[in-house]
Amino acid sequence: MYKSWWKILGAVLVVYSTIFGFLSPVPALPILHQGIRNLYFHVPMWFSMIVLFTISVVQSIKYLSNSNQENDLKAVQSVNAGIIFGMLGIITGAVWARFTWGQAWSFDVKQNFAAIAMLLYFAYLVLRNAIDEEQKRAKISAIYNIFAFPMMVVLLFVLPRLSDSLHPGNGGNPGFNSYDLDSRMRMVFYPACLGWILIGYWIYTLLFRVSALENKAH
Amino acid sequence: MQLIQEVRYLIKKELLLEWRSKYALNGVVLYVVSTVFVCFLSFVSLRGITWNALFWIIMLFASINTVSKSFLQESKGRQLYIYTIASPLALIISKTIYNVFLMLLVTLIALFFYTLVFDYVPEDLGLYILATILGSLSFSTIFTMISAIASKAGNGGMLMAILSFPVIIPVITVLVKLTKNAVDGLDRSVSLDEIGILLIINVLVAAFSLLLFPYLWRD
Repeated sequence: MYKSWWKILGAVLVVYSTIFGFLSPVPALPILHQGIRNLYFHVPMWFSMIVLFTISVVQSIKYLSNSNQENDLKAVQSVNAGIIFGMLGIITGAVWARFTWGQAWSFDVKQNFAAIAMLLYFAYLVLRNAIDEEQKRAKISAIYNIFAFPMMVVLLFVLPRLSDSLHPGNGGNPGFNSYDLDSRMRMVFYPACLGWILIGYWIYTLLFRVSALENKAH
Repeated sequence: MQLIQEVRYLIKKELLLEWRSKYALNGVVLYVVSTVFVCFLSFVSLRGITWNALFWIIMLFASINTVSKSFLQESKGRQLYIYTIASPLALIISKTIYNVFLMLLVTLIALFFYTLVFDYVPEDLGLYILATILGSLSFSTIFTMISAIASKAGNGGMLMAILSFPVIIPVITVLVKLTKNAVDGLDRSVSLDEIGILLIINVLVAAFSLLLFPYLWRD
């Protein structure tokens, strides 16, 4: 029990943020209306993805220094879990964009670069499939993973700041914190982020344990 | 000190091999020239944004073809020989420097021929040339490392494209923006951000290549 407190915490926080995300009062804004509630679902997806990809790059660095097969498995499974969250982030973003900006794909810089960041990690998985020998696959894909990570950081955090985006906080749009005058949304938003990150980490540990068992069976 | 000497010898070896066969340079120059010519025959006249975008698409494919040779072309035996006599750092530095030379030459030839054929000169030619120099620098640093990874993975060209496109797309978008400023003849102070970003990406990629290549090298 004492070891699984964080799983319970994550589940409780996600349930809490889902229920209160739909029920709690939100600021009344033009265009956005009730769509603002998507903030509790769309943004935590990206935070979880970034946390999982960071875990992956740390595991890859560990693999290069100690050549332990376990670190390689951890690296690939955290990428798998991160890709799930990235896809969910793109889908929730596309739904939101459809109703606020008019088009599911609005040619927004952040949308485009997030899609390219996904491509980077798909390329990582394709690279893994291309190599048969296990040791070699682990080493080469760890190197590509470490090489890709700074590029992902540039794509998601540096380049969007160079041009105008429809996203809040960019190109003269006010950020969400300016709407949230009485911190009502923060009471749901921060728990939602923490909860989804914990759930993402849980999914990653499950994926890792399954693949470790499969590995042992072979 | 020994590193510098090794780098110098390895670059000399690359240049000598290239000079003897004249395969890479002639091949890629012919590739670029014929691509430009095909584009000219199909577009006949191009201006502004399209002219600029087409140039970078041509350069993207030309540089993939040029730089991917650096590791994919070498035979297993020769690679093994080089690995026994030189340090991995010297190898990656020399390959990168050689590719930068090659790409600079190819890009400038391509730009000259491209402006000649389409009879169109960007408003701010100086900035445009600076951008192409920065572009060939980033193409060669990124593609050298990726081609090392792809050659280790064992099935050449296809993997090279898959691995390098997502990495090169941010560079290309910044380059297209920078060169568009040059085509429109905007004031140079507007483009400082893009130049800074390109330099940062280059430094990042070079640093990571130097850190990671020694691990890739050991088989």
